[in-house]
Amino acid sequence: MSEVAARPQGAPETGASAGHPLLAVRNLVTRYPIRRGFTATLARRPRQAVHAVDGVSFSLDRGEMLALVGESGCGKTTTAQTVLRLVDATSGAIAFEGRDISALSHRELRPLRRRMQLIYQDPYESLDPRFRVRQTVEEPLLIHGVGGSREKRRQLVRDALGRAELTPPELYENRYPHELSGGQRQRVAIAASLALQPELLVADEPVSMLDVSVRAGILSLLDGLRRDGGMAVLMITHDLSTAAHFADRIAVMYLGRIVEEGAARDVVRNPLHPYTKALLSVVPKRDPRDRTTPQILQGETPNPTKIPRGCRFHPRCPVAEDRCRDIDPELHPPADARNADHQAACILV
Amino acid sequence: MTGLLEVRDLHVRFDLPGGGELAAVQGVGFDLAPGERFGLVGESGCGKTTTILALMGLLPPTASVSGEVLVGGENILAGGEDAIRQHRWVDVAMVFQGAMNALNPVQRVGAQIVEPMELHGVAEGAAARARAGELLEMVGIPAASADRYPHEFSGGMRQRAAIAMALACGPKVLLADEPTTALDVMVQAQILELLVGLTDDLGLSLVLVTHDLPVVAQVCGRAAVMYAGEIIESGTMEELFHSPRHPYTRMLFAATPDLLGEGHVVSIPGAPPRLDREIVGCPFRPRCDRAFERCEHDHPALLEVGAGHRAACHLNEVPAGATP
Repeated sequence: MSEVAARPQGAPETGASAGHPLLAVRNLVTRYPIRRGFTATLARRPRQAVHAVDGVSFSLDRGEMLALVGESGCGKTTTAQTVLRLVDATSGAIAFEGRDISALSHRELRPLRRRMQLIYQDPYESLDPRFRVRQTVEEPLLIHGVGGSREKRRQLVRDALGRAELTPPELYENRYPHELSGGQRQRVAIAASLALQPELLVADEPVSMLDVSVRAGILSLLDGLRRDGGMAVLMITHDLSTAAHFADRIAVMYLGRIVEEGAARDVVRNPLHPYTKALLSVVPKRDPRDRTTPQILQGETPNPTKIPRGCRFHPRCPVAEDRCRDIDPELHPPADARNADHQAACILV
Repeated sequence: MTGLLEVRDLHVRFDLPGGGELAAVQGVGFDLAPGERFGLVGESGCGKTTTILALMGLLPPTASVSGEVLVGGENILAGGEDAIRQHRWVDVAMVFQGAMNALNPVQRVGAQIVEPMELHGVAEGAAARARAGELLEMVGIPAASADRYPHEFSGGMRQRAAIAMALACGPKVLLADEPTTALDVMVQAQILELLVGLTDDLGLSLVLVTHDLPVVAQVCGRAAVMYAGEIIESGTMEELFHSPRHPYTRMLFAATPDLLGEGHVVSIPGAPPRLDREIVGCPFRPRCDRAFERCEHDHPALLEVGAGHRAACHLNEVPAGATP
């Protein structure tokens, strides 16, 4: 990772956006309507919706890695898809360099698309098996009309492969996915998103399909891209240990809402929200001597069509009080907080 | 040593479609005491699933199996399919990887638990149905849910049902292949608590097959680490974590992020060797950070390095203080 990315032609100067974080999301809501059955329509039962994202706010700076952590169905992937405008937000604002993109048309979005890229979970599915590595990495350049001549594009492809640490690029560019290991495939997928030299990289469970021995390599690569390349990385993961090691900040999601956010170290070592505390207590530790009593919550995350009123966590919360049934708490720092960056949505904090 | 389950020098070879052979399991051996929880750890392709499928006699016809699998002293591999069938599910049962997604979607959960009991003549009719209810209660599902269909269950409940099904014929040994891999961490904790409870309360022995070292560290007392079809180190979890005697074990732990761990997480360069070609020397040599000349041509044997602690690495024969 010695090569530092040259800023793509036409990309705005960083100075132009001074004062704004690269990405700022405010009160984002994404609902998926549920199709009513025939009888339900006849009976005029109310339409239901899955409240996948239900009031999420966060911001992300250049060079920063934020991990969105939570169990399946908590809305972390929908949050990422909404931010990338792959799914339409029901309400809320998504500011990219200070400009709200939540209502832009597809045509208006096009120049922005190349500045934000997504890495999928499964490199066995995300690569076209009939495409050589070179074609996979070149495709985004062709779609966005970047690179000009064939020779220039070839150079950009090699640069991208190099940045994804597939070196020397000549060794990989003519291979097919089936000739590569899982880790190499994920590097090809990363190279394809790097080809456009994006400023925001969204990685959705980038290592969960890979073997343990190669995971650290992929995560270090993402870490290097934001440290050296100044990219912002939004990582979606269910793995708190990974988030603790590689992210600057962690946002813990539960039922469509961020319930705790702060510096990765603070969240992991001094969790504030009862959900975070329980979640951390059940993460298995590497050291067999380190056997702590897990605080196992019974049941599973409730159905996001029926979000409990009051605090959404109160039915499973071990310390819930009567007033938790009525008060829907906002993210706030604790009263005795030394830093206001570590916040939780719990009235007992 | 006589245990409940003893595996001796197990080999599994697969005939490949284009000719040639793949040596998936090469000389694996371990034993299991009643009520013990044993981990079989390794990355994809290391042969851990093939090993336990061989114990169940469930490998496809392209596989040739040799070695001994002793259940209560009797070699169940000696008599072919007929001999294995008497032990399968009755003495040794298995929870398959992704079992929660393999339940029959159009059959009630209770009926799916009754089926193996009737097939093996363990119980029939009302008695079998009553036992299915007890099994469901035992894994934390209300007996009344026996009349439900799998789609009415959450992922965690389906996995519990799959465990109940494996326990239907009262086995002594449960083989669990990645039982929590597709589950959320909170549900994983619930299932692991259940498995630990079953071994503590029923005296069931567990072989936990997984790539997830922290899960094994928290659940199992002993484990074997597999690489390229072989066990390269076995011992207590304490020994494997605190004093590993094979570089792969050490590097695998170092590649696993720990929640509160401070050190860097480091990946292991390279990839495991192909198993359809002969491996000369140590199979881990190309990825090893401490390989020396002998590793290139000499295949290390799994040797005792302490009481009950074994490793297959030439470094253990280098005198302390000397450099190889």
